[in-house]
Amino acid sequence: MPKKNTLYLTLFSFLYYGKALASDEGMPQLNPEFWISQIFWLTLIFGSLYVLLSKLILPKISNNLEARKSQIAENIEFAEKQRKESDQKLKDYEKIINDAKIEAKNIFKQAREKILRDINNKKESLEKEIDNEVSKAEKEILDLKKKSPDKINKIAIEASSDLVKQIIGAEVNNSNISAIVEDISKKNEGKYYGN
Amino acid sequence: MATNPMHQFNVYRIGPEIKIGEIDISFTNASLFMVVSSLAILILFNLGTKKNSLIPNKLQLIAELSYSFVSKMINDTAGSKAKPYFSFIFSIFMFVLFCNMFGMIPYSFTVTSHIIVTFMLAAFIFIGVTIIGFIKHGLGYLKLFVPSGVPMVLLPLIVVIEIISYLSRPISLSVRLFANMMAGHTMMKVFGGFVISLGIVGGWLPLSFSVALTGLEILVAFLQAYVFAILTCIYLNDALNLHH
Repeated sequence: MPKKNTLYLTLFSFLYYGKALASDEGMPQLNPEFWISQIFWLTLIFGSLYVLLSKLILPKISNNLEARKSQIAENIEFAEKQRKESDQKLKDYEKIINDAKIEAKNIFKQAREKILRDINNKKESLEKEIDNEVSKAEKEILDLKKKSPDKINKIAIEASSDLVKQIIGAEVNNSNISAIVEDISKKNEGKYYGN
Repeated sequence: MATNPMHQFNVYRIGPEIKIGEIDISFTNASLFMVVSSLAILILFNLGTKKNSLIPNKLQLIAELSYSFVSKMINDTAGSKAKPYFSFIFSIFMFVLFCNMFGMIPYSFTVTSHIIVTFMLAAFIFIGVTIIGFIKHGLGYLKLFVPSGVPMVLLPLIVVIEIISYLSRPISLSVRLFANMMAGHTMMKVFGGFVISLGIVGGWLPLSFSVALTGLEILVAFLQAYVFAILTCIYLNDALNLHH
């Protein structure tokens, strides 16, 4: 260690140097004059420093460090709790959204079904009405069909009697004519009301 | 003789002569600088812990960083069992550090450059550690001198070496600090003397050396305080956790 060498060099040279000057003693450290005094004051001062530091100051520092540590731990714990809570809330939120979606779908479906049912009902009733109308009309037509040959016969008898009267100028017995007309119309029924 | 580089280490009486019987315990410049260092420590740490806020201010940060620094040092070297001795090691570290640092102020006195002071500290640590060792392990503490895994032939020699090395702990601990402090301060004084004797023409070289040495000495002042404290921790570790 070069430093130690330098130390010895300076020590020896200045021991010699000091003696040569004959003013100071070589090393004041080796002069025992104040050793007891130094020991006494060192004990007193270092002792009181130790007592004051260990009783007054160091506990304060350690308390404060502990307090900070626990505060940080608490804060971390709190943050962790908040995070968990927010996660839970996010989950809840998603669940609510999902439920709402399902509900909306259900409502839509129900509404659709209801509307379809209504439409079907209306259609059915309308169809029934139309059927009724149709059957009514058919019945009327049938009635008309049934009644019309008599009327036509009558008209034909009257028209024939009038015609005969006009042409030959003599009264013809209606019953004769009607027998003829009925005979003809029966013959030609298929031709007149051919279905 | 002010040009003598050893003159700075002179101890002289300040104020009246105080005697208990035949023993002289007068207040000296060394005592003064012990008081100054201790007061500086107390003031700094008192101000640093005055407003113990959650977010520290600058002084509080200094106090807390020194606390954690020493705490970590003790925990790393001596384990958790050394916690009760934290205050003592903290006080030793701070005391040595502040004495070293106050010694760096020109015209001041370096308390730790006196072998009697460092030896007293080291002897106290040595005796304290030995007592702790015997309290914790009883006579089993003597196993410290018998390392495991040593051949029987070498054992007597090893035990002797171990005992000598153990007994020389206070000497090495105290001489290391004292010699480092004294050597550095002497060298600075020597280079300072060169600056004067070489004058304005040649004095620049030793002056630049002096400047560089000042930086080095501040580093050494810290380093020696750290070494002193960490060796205390290592000795304490031996006493608390008997590994051999």
